[in-house]
Amino acid sequence: MSRVHAKFRSLIADGDPHAATGDAGQDGHHDGPHVVPVWLLAGVLAILLALTVLTVAVTLVDLGPLNIFVALGIAVVKSAFVVLYFMHLRWDSPFNSVIFLSALLFIAIFLAFAMMDTSEYRPSVDAAVSTTR
Amino acid sequence: MSSISTNLGDPNDGHGHGHGGHAHSHNPFLAHHFDTPEQQFTTGKLGMWVFLGTELLMFGGLFCAYAVYRHNHPEVFMYAHTYLDKWWGAVNTVVLLVSSFTMAWGVRAAQLGQKGLLCVLLVLTLLGGAGFMVIKGIEYKAKWEHHLFPGRLNVYNKDYAGPEKPGEAHDTHGAAGVSHGAAAAQGHDHAHDTGVAGKPVVEHANLATGAEAAPRSEGAETAPQAPKPGEHAEVAAMAKPVDGPKIPVSFFDPNSLGAASDAAKIVPKSGGPAGLAASEAAHGHAAHMAYGDLPARDKVRVNTFFSIYFMMTGLHGVHVVVGMGLIAWILIKGATGIFGPSYYTPVDLVGLYWHLVDLIWIFLFPLLYLIH
Repeated sequence: MSRVHAKFRSLIADGDPHAATGDAGQDGHHDGPHVVPVWLLAGVLAILLALTVLTVAVTLVDLGPLNIFVALGIAVVKSAFVVLYFMHLRWDSPFNSVIFLSALLFIAIFLAFAMMDTSEYRPSVDAAVSTTR
Repeated sequence: MSSISTNLGDPNDGHGHGHGGHAHSHNPFLAHHFDTPEQQFTTGKLGMWVFLGTELLMFGGLFCAYAVYRHNHPEVFMYAHTYLDKWWGAVNTVVLLVSSFTMAWGVRAAQLGQKGLLCVLLVLTLLGGAGFMVIKGIEYKAKWEHHLFPGRLNVYNKDYAGPEKPGEAHDTHGAAGVSHGAAAAQGHDHAHDTGVAGKPVVEHANLATGAEAAPRSEGAETAPQAPKPGEHAEVAAMAKPVDGPKIPVSFFDPNSLGAASDAAKIVPKSGGPAGLAASEAAHGHAAHMAYGDLPARDKVRVNTFFSIYFMMTGLHGVHVVVGMGLIAWILIKGATGIFGPSYYTPVDLVGLYWHLVDLIWIFLFPLLYLIH
């Protein structure tokens, strides 16, 4: 039985979420699992539910063209909480964050070019549609 | 977990000698090509994140379709989204968020080796997924009954040639149709241009429903949609649609269906929990836009909204079902007590998948249900 392993388990066994956050290994690379406390998860859930209520409530207020941006802004905040806490990215290897953010980056590039393209050609499409009618 | 970690006699344990006698090689869950369980776990998690990145890119294509179409046809979205019940959408958001919470807690329970708690939380998560799919099923069923499925199954599609004969459809929604006959008549002034090429006859019939909705709507803002009383009445056009429209008038306007008991689910202001619907009506948001208000070029494109809606929520729904299958799998595994501090990777990775499903819904909900 490895000394590292024994220490690793002893730290976790009592269920104290904070015990596992420190450096558990003698050799410095054995951190053990990071256990998120229940109160933190419940707090994140409460925030997510509150933001859901908020995003529905905002639709009852006419903000003109701002409505879509408010709704998406709330969605971004909600997803940030999900990703950072539920999906554990806050405590993960930064490399996972790099992967996640690069996926978002490429979606943004994809959307940006598609929107530029459709905006560019919209007048000619409209003209073509109106003449064929 | 000691039975796992102290499994010194594992016959498969032949890989440890290359690492200078580190005892971690005794872990039966450690594959031979990894040095430590830690390395194995982070590698698995890295792979999962790469997979989730590709999932995001796949949904990115649908979000792109949404963005382009909404950019070019904002009125279509304003009108068509009234067929979606935002209260069902909100309830489903809550259901999915709570199930994400129980999943995250489940990962914690697995890390701590709390077998019983893990099983309870996974069952709760499964119930959340099932509840989500049931509500989605209710919504889909209402869309099906109102011929709002993609392609030719959508009444807004100019090629719509569904099984519905005018008589049958009228019988199905007889209550709504009959009760609105008188009200609709006063506003039906478009029978004369039913022959315009390329336009579905639908729109002519539907202008009448804009009128019939007004008297029953609580919100004063619906009034402008109503054509002026006395405008070229054609009572017969309502009961027996001219030029053979395949669908009765009452079929298209969400507000006009309120009286039909089987149609309640699709009507934004009467669907969902009664109390919520009532509060919405009190806020005067009964109606947003009538079909007649759409620009002519958009009237033939309403069906595309439903194509986008079904592809986005459908692909998402497939992910929910897959996630439920995975949760059932780790529930069965977890019931044997296999998970603990030294081995909880499957729970963690399935949890990541489940949270991604939640993540996508967080964006689908405002984009599809909460268009203002």
